[in-house]
This record gives sequence, C-alpha cells and structure tokens, in this order.
Amino acid sequence: MTTATDRPATATRMLSVRGLHKVYESAGRPTEAIRDLTFDIAAGEMVCIVGPSGAGKTTLLRCIAGLLPPTGGDISLEGRPVAGPPKGMAVVFQDYARSLFPWLTVAQNVELPLREKRLPKAERHRLVERSLEAVGLADVPRSYPWQLSGGMQQRVAIARAVAYEPHILMMDEPFAAVDAQTRADLEDLVRDLWHRLGITLLFVTHDIDEAIYLGRRVLVLSGRPTVIMEDVAVDLPDERDQLGTRNLPRFGELRAHVYELVQKAKRGHRPENEPDAGASGAVGKEFPA
Amino acid sequence: MTATATVPPPVRPAPRGGRGRPARSPHRALLGLAGVATFLCLLELLPRTGLVNSRFLPPFSDMAEALGERAGTGEFWRALGDTLTTWSIGLGIALAAGVVIGMLIGSVRVLRETTASVIEFLRPIPSVALIPLAVLMYGTGREATLLLVIYAAFWQILLQVLAGVQDVDPVARDTARSYRFRFLTEVTRLVWPTTLPYAVVGFRLAASVALILTVTGELIIGTPGLGRLIAVAQTSGAVASMYALVIVTGLLGVAVNLLARLVERRVLRWHPSVRQESAS
Repeated sequence: MTTATDRPATATRMLSVRGLHKVYESAGRPTEAIRDLTFDIAAGEMVCIVGPSGAGKTTLLRCIAGLLPPTGGDISLEGRPVAGPPKGMAVVFQDYARSLFPWLTVAQNVELPLREKRLPKAERHRLVERSLEAVGLADVPRSYPWQLSGGMQQRVAIARAVAYEPHILMMDEPFAAVDAQTRADLEDLVRDLWHRLGITLLFVTHDIDEAIYLGRRVLVLSGRPTVIMEDVAVDLPDERDQLGTRNLPRFGELRAHVYELVQKAKRGHRPENEPDAGASGAVGKEFPA
Repeated sequence: MTATATVPPPVRPAPRGGRGRPARSPHRALLGLAGVATFLCLLELLPRTGLVNSRFLPPFSDMAEALGERAGTGEFWRALGDTLTTWSIGLGIALAAGVVIGMLIGSVRVLRETTASVIEFLRPIPSVALIPLAVLMYGTGREATLLLVIYAAFWQILLQVLAGVQDVDPVARDTARSYRFRFLTEVTRLVWPTTLPYAVVGFRLAASVALILTVTGELIIGTPGLGRLIAVAQTSGAVASMYALVIVTGLLGVAVNLLARLVERRVLRWHPSVRQESAS
C-alpha cells in the first residue's frame, strides 16, 4: 500500500498538524481524546478522515477549525498558527438544521458571512447567486431553510461555505443525516465543487465507501486516544462516478483494506510504531479507555 | 393578587418541529360561543330567581344597561384612555429595560452569576407590597401606578430574555464563530433572534400582568383610570355600574392577549410554533 509520503511534495502545504494532543477535563476526570496526530495536507488536496465512532474525528476537526483549543501540539494553516477560527476557512457541520439560521431566508443565510467580510453589495449578490446555482438551488433563494428537504438544507450550508471563498473547506460528517440517494448526489456535488474551485477539502466521515469514493487520501484513525492507523493513498482515476468507480476492482481492494483497519481500530489495535517523537510525557500516562 | 406576586419559571416558547396550531374549526368556535351564552344566561337567571341576592349580583341585563349609560359619558372614555396610557407606558418601559438588561446580563457570564441571587430575591416581591413606597414617592399621580406596573412586568420579561440568551444553539454558535462573526454581529444576528421567541412570551405574560397592576393601582392608590371608577361606583352603591366596569377590564384583558398573540405571530414567522409549511 502506497502512502501519501511517497508522493512528490511539489504542492504547497495548506495545513500542518504536529503532535496534536487533546485531553478533555470534565469533573476532574481527564479523558484523553487525541494522543498524537501528525500530518500535512497540501493545497488542493482532498483528504478524508475515517475512524471508528468515538475516534475523536470531530474533536480533530474542531481543533483545526480553531473552535477548540488543543492541549498540546501545533496546528498551522497556510503557515499561520491556528488560534481561533482562521481566515480562509469554512466549515460545513453535520447538523445543517441547527447550523442554518431559521430566521433568515436561504439567500440571507448564504449572504451573512459575506456581509461579515465587508464585501460590497453587488459582489455579495453575485457570490450568493453563483454559489446557489453551483449547488443546484438557484430557484429557492427566498425560501426559508426549514421549508426545504434535509438534502437541500445541506446544499444551502455548502453554498454558504462556497460563497465564502475559503481556501480550505472542512466538512464534518455532512451527509450522515440524509438518505442514500441524496447522499450520492451530494458526494458528486462535493467532488465537482472541489474540481471546479481548486480548494483544499478535509472531509470527516464514518462511511468507508464514502471516504474512498471522495478522497485522494484517506487518514484512518485509531480508537481513543487517537493516533493515525494509516495514511492511505487512493489511487483511483480522478474521474469518478457512483456506479463505475465503486465497481472497480481497485475500489474493492481499498475498501477491504480500510475496512480491516477500522475493524482493527475498533478492537483496540494500535499501530506498531505508536508515535513517540514530539510527544510529551503525557503520552506515557495511562488513561481509562 | 398572587398571580402578580410570583413570576413563573421561563416558558420554553415551543417544541422544535411542532406544526402550527390546530386549525380552529367552526365547530369549536360554536362550542365557545355556546359556553359564553350559557354563562350570561346564568348571570341573568341567578339574581332573577332569587338564588343570589341581586344587591350583590344584579342581573346581566342591568349590567349591560349600566355599561350603555357609562359609554355615553366622556368620563368613561377618559378613564379608559388613562388606563390604556398607564398600561402601555409601563409595559413599554418594562419591555425596553427587560430586553436591554437581560441581553447584557445574559451575554456576560460574570454579570449573570453575580446578579442571579439578587434577581431571585427581588423577583418574588409582590408588586402590591410596593404601594406604600409608590405613594410616598409619587402621591396619587400616574407615576405611582407606573412604578407598580413596571416592577411587575419587568421581571416577566427579564427572566424570559435571560433564558433565551442561554438557549443559543451550540452548532449555530460554532457556525458564527467559524465565519468569524464580530461580537456585535453575533448578538444581533444570532443571540437576539434566538432570544426573540422567549422575549415575545415574556411580552405576552407582562402585558397581562401590567394590566392587572394598572387597575390595581387605580383602585387602591386612586390614579385616574377604570380602576378608580370601579372604586367610586362601589362606594356610591352603583353595583350594576361597578360590574359593568369590571366587565370592561375583562374585555381589555382579552384584547391585550389577542394583541400579544398577533405580535407573536408576526414577529415569529420563522419559528416552529408559528410557521405553516414545511417540506420535511
């Protein structure tokens, strides 16, 4: 299995995570969520993060998004250390119904972050129109999010992120709550947007098929406390479609490999070379799993 | 007066995902009318048949007649105007103060924690217990009654607003933070709309309480208004007239509640308790 490190490092580095460590302090009993994560993401990459449930996927994403301060380690985005939500980043959350503001129309929801960026009115309108069109919702700008189906609501959230023109787009299990049909459509939409906009995409999911179908790279996380099980390169053709790609023999091999890794992670298996470099003394401490 | 003495715990505006109120069928409206008609019939028959002494409860027709007479006088309309003026000024001040102070205290954790016990102490003080103080400060002028009205209505609104500010959805807050909303934007575009349904419930509760305290002040302190007319009618033995005025205050209460509901439906078009259509 080839790993991402084999790839020539021509692209500039977008995101760098070094020795990320996160311990939750609750009621005096510390829970070690993330033990030690180190990885890089190049500009323009599409990286999926999978792992068993409770593997700290969302914790990782919230740390990168600057919404949660890490206990240790460094995160930098475009060369600048992350301390609080960075510029040039947009996040699509799993819970679209709670992420969209019900008191604003679809267009207003998309426009609000642009107002915050102090963009002139004409520019805002252009971006709102273009991004709604890109997600196939050009016809409902004046509807309220709650008048739309779940899949359409998540499209609005994606349009809002796209209109913001981020350099990196992060998605936290965005399609976990939509039906299978809609899910396939939205996966293709995300691939399409990634192609067209040339942004960097970090996609967190628990769905192995989805991770392989979407990603050029899949980071498989271990169970808590989280380390990286393996950094899997997805050597599938760049043109993907739901039926053809998923029927490729190589797709099956990759799926079997990642599936095995996740199963191992579930059983509490840890990579042999559990990282020790760069980790502080906290790593040695034993926390109840 | 117990209703005005204690403020109920904050009311959660509506369950998420709830559909609009059930459509009012003509059947239900008919039943409601039948109830009112029965009540009025009893009111007419009980004194007429001598089951109740008509000195204390004159038949309804007498009340209606007294009301008709009253409505022909300028004194009545002035009193009604006075009552409405005191009510609306008091409610307006309580609303403004409750919203501003509630948003401020609710958004700042230190303020919230330091004021919590003071609020818990001041809140249960019955507004009517302040009547001696109000009279000392303002005599029998409108200000005296206003003090009671504002005091009673303010807590209703403050408590609701405080609860609303606490109810901001964590995902919505993460969204606002990830798009780097400024503090002021977060307050006006996220915290305030979240608080609004609570504030509207507070407004509805406060509107009724303010009316009760307005009439109480007029009745006991003697500030101009319907309450004072009731007191005058009572002391001059005009029992039917007194009941007529009581009925007017009751109708005012109904009108106030209807108005508050109307405001609620207009302001909360998007809220699950009001919105009509949903595709999901």
